[in-house]
Amino acid sequence: MTTTVQMDFRTRLQNWIPKLVLAPSLGVIMVFVYGFIVYTVYLSFTNSKILPSYDLVGMANYTKLFQLPAWTLAITNLAIFASLYIVISIAIGLTLAIFLDQKIRGEGVLRPIFLYPMALSFIVTGTAWKWLLDPGIGIEHTMHLWGWASFHFDWIKNSKYAIYTVVLAAVWQTSGFVMAMFLAGLRGIDNEILKAAQIDGASNWNLYWRIIIPQLRPAFLSSFVILSHLAIKSYDLIIALTGGGPGRSTELPATFMYSYTFTRNEMGVGAASAVIMLMTIAAIMIPYLYAELKEVK
Amino acid sequence: MGFLDIQNVTKSYGAVEVLHRVDIDVQEGEFLVLVGPSGCGKSTLLNMIAGLEGITSGDISIKGRVINGVHPSKRNIAMVFQSYALYPNMTVGQNMTFGLEMHGVPKPERNAALKDVAKLLQIENLLDRKPGQLSGGQRQRVAMGRALVRNPDVFLFDEPLSNLDAKLRVDMRTEIKKLHEKLKTTIVYVTHDQIEAMTLSTRIAVMYQGFVQQLGTPKEIYDTPANVYVATFMGSPAMNVLPSRVVMHDGTSYAQIKDANGADLLLKFSQANMAQWAGKEILLGIRPESITDPDGADRNSGNIVSLRNRIGVTEPAGADTFVTMELCGKDIIARMRADANVGAGQEFDFAINMDKAVVFDPKTEERIAP
Amino acid sequence: MSAITQDTAIRTGRVTRMLIYVTLLVFTLFYLLPLFVMVVNSLKPLSEITGGNMMSLPKTWTIEPWRQAWSSAQIGVEPTGLKPYFINSILMVVPAVAISTVLGALNGYVLTKWSFRGDKIIFGLLLLSCFIPFQIVLIPMATVLGKLGLAGSIPGLILVHVVYGIGFSTLYYRNYYASFPTELVRAAMIDGAGFFRIFWRIMLPISGPITVVCIIWQFTNIWNDFLFGASFGGQIQPMTVALNNLVQSSTGVKEYNVHFAGAILAALPTLLVYIVAGRYFVRGLMAGSVKG
Repeated sequence: MTTTVQMDFRTRLQNWIPKLVLAPSLGVIMVFVYGFIVYTVYLSFTNSKILPSYDLVGMANYTKLFQLPAWTLAITNLAIFASLYIVISIAIGLTLAIFLDQKIRGEGVLRPIFLYPMALSFIVTGTAWKWLLDPGIGIEHTMHLWGWASFHFDWIKNSKYAIYTVVLAAVWQTSGFVMAMFLAGLRGIDNEILKAAQIDGASNWNLYWRIIIPQLRPAFLSSFVILSHLAIKSYDLIIALTGGGPGRSTELPATFMYSYTFTRNEMGVGAASAVIMLMTIAAIMIPYLYAELKEVK
Repeated sequence: MGFLDIQNVTKSYGAVEVLHRVDIDVQEGEFLVLVGPSGCGKSTLLNMIAGLEGITSGDISIKGRVINGVHPSKRNIAMVFQSYALYPNMTVGQNMTFGLEMHGVPKPERNAALKDVAKLLQIENLLDRKPGQLSGGQRQRVAMGRALVRNPDVFLFDEPLSNLDAKLRVDMRTEIKKLHEKLKTTIVYVTHDQIEAMTLSTRIAVMYQGFVQQLGTPKEIYDTPANVYVATFMGSPAMNVLPSRVVMHDGTSYAQIKDANGADLLLKFSQANMAQWAGKEILLGIRPESITDPDGADRNSGNIVSLRNRIGVTEPAGADTFVTMELCGKDIIARMRADANVGAGQEFDFAINMDKAVVFDPKTEERIAP
Repeated sequence: MSAITQDTAIRTGRVTRMLIYVTLLVFTLFYLLPLFVMVVNSLKPLSEITGGNMMSLPKTWTIEPWRQAWSSAQIGVEPTGLKPYFINSILMVVPAVAISTVLGALNGYVLTKWSFRGDKIIFGLLLLSCFIPFQIVLIPMATVLGKLGLAGSIPGLILVHVVYGIGFSTLYYRNYYASFPTELVRAAMIDGAGFFRIFWRIMLPISGPITVVCIIWQFTNIWNDFLFGASFGGQIQPMTVALNNLVQSSTGVKEYNVHFAGAILAALPTLLVYIVAGRYFVRGLMAGSVKG
């Protein structure tokens, strides 16, 4: 009798097929994602200009990058934009979700209205808001026509305030989605807990503040991660809404990277800025994904 | 040589051996139940018979053909799963004949087989429904039907009743038993429920921590458990196990125990071979139904010992009344007739049937008598 | 004491409810405003926009701006309208969605039902690839597309979108298939079906809902993409890039009504999907955010 286990041909083949099926996807990802990341990281240590070069120059690109006023401006803008965008989107999303959860008549109509901007391209959103915010034809002009002559709203033309118009358009696009996430969270809360809290004598305010909102932790976390991810990647919206202007007042790292790499022919510096962006996103995503996957096991 | 031979089979995941040298011969027409707590290796063993998991060493053979490494579909087995695993997109009829279709059986034959089995299981009216439209009991029947249609050498059941509610589970249990008696098929059945194991099987393998603790008929397992684990796992309520000592008086051996007040009591052994343990510690195993009220004692027993002790709690269960009392510092359960006149706190005369007592070595926990 | 039986245990007063309805109404206006402005002004002659009120309905209704945006507006240097770019987008989106969805389904099937040592790491790698900022791959991608001769071509864009779409489609199918018991595959194995037959006969027929979700997600993302189109499209620009060129062109009079019509044209396919299959759209968004 044999003690070593011999598989028949079919069993062995069936063991290999799954791996063969997965192989192309894995190969493509390894080259086009991880290989490319390694390549870009390498370029960020070279003196590449208009074309890739392989002469290492150490940290020179990074040193240069952080001395560039344009980069400093871009990350300052990102800090302002991201923090306002995340906080306001979550505030609006949570408020709307809580309000919609009060057995509102017409919820079925309101929900899709709040959410539809998410289906649009940032280019369309940017285009629409660009004209709305244009003092010459947009809201300011309309208010003047309606007789409110002193109304003044020209932030998009003002290099001090233009970044806030980006926040406005971005919030418009995604806050409905945040609402949907919170609504799903609210609908998932056990009703008996709410009944128990009411029997304990909790007011509506306490009910939300002490019992319900703390249970929405996963929705907060997901919203935060997704919104910060969107903020760091933001490129199209800037291009369509402000084009980075007026002047350079609304440049973000994504637009900086693009213009330094492809129009200013500073590929090394562009690569360095992309690496910084990747590291920022990784710092947020990896712990989140790790925790999510560990929970599921 | 059995019909299904499991010889010296082990299973390891990396360096961890989860199944140790299992040896079971299953005869044709036998109903073997693998029973044990979760993680004991019973499902792993079943999956190895099915070919869903590899064998680390040893051999499994059906009808004398070694099937290690043979593809599951080529082993001529059928399996009923815990979740039933009915294909949700196919009708009941398609579910049941899918296996035949995959094996290239022509359509008229498939339909004939389907008709026979559907009639046998009384599911003819369900054949055009989707699994989602069936109740739990109906799904269970369909899952069995899918296995029966194949007419395999060996049927494998993986906890098939554990997703049903209590009443349905009892009904289906009876039905499976009837089916087996009618068809005389060879069955290997995995469960964690010792009552299922007792009622269904012709033989039971009690498994724990990757070892087969005992292999035997239900009666052997129940009356002469191989060790303390098997003794307490099989039977509900579990067997009472008392730390005790063997003492000799006038050439007769007794088990010495303490009652609720700490006074020594002597229980005379029925077993002859206890003298060699004189003066030594033992574990005395007595099933609840062997401790009764005097009127409920087994008339055929040659050795009923009377014992006066204080009653702890009484639990009327309808058909019986369970009574707890303290012996040797442990709670002991006794099984009285339903109308036995017992009340909490009373002093009561218990009748212990020492013929049914089982004795274990306290160090190895193996049975030493009978 | 019968009030407790209601579904939601929270009760609100009359004033609170008023406030809630007012707030919801304000936000409804906020979300609808840009769409309203785009639609209304795309149906006006240009003179009514520059000389009149953006919020008012057209005095003279016209579909001329739509016609212009579609077939004669100046995009870059050519007065072609958005039509050829719309076709570019379709030619790019359909194969890219199809390929990435099929690969995602197969990957999800392998990762849940044919698990092997190291499959968790592979899934982790695929998952992480969803969340990279695309700036990190722009430079090498441009080089590689050039080397492959795919720069500025539809197949080049398809390749890019498939590569960066696999992660999400795999995620969707993996999470969906994980909710079906592995016993299903084992039963089919015992029944004698092999890898592809099980996929075709058992898994695919139950994949309807997740396939809709995945297609909607991929379609929306790829249609709405701007960065890759602008970077690698060359002369073969997708709709979003063309729209941006139309709107940003600095020559001549700004034809706002044409721009608005163009913007709606660019938004129409995804909006249509959203209206027709909104339920699945939301589920897709949520699945992309909440892993399982």
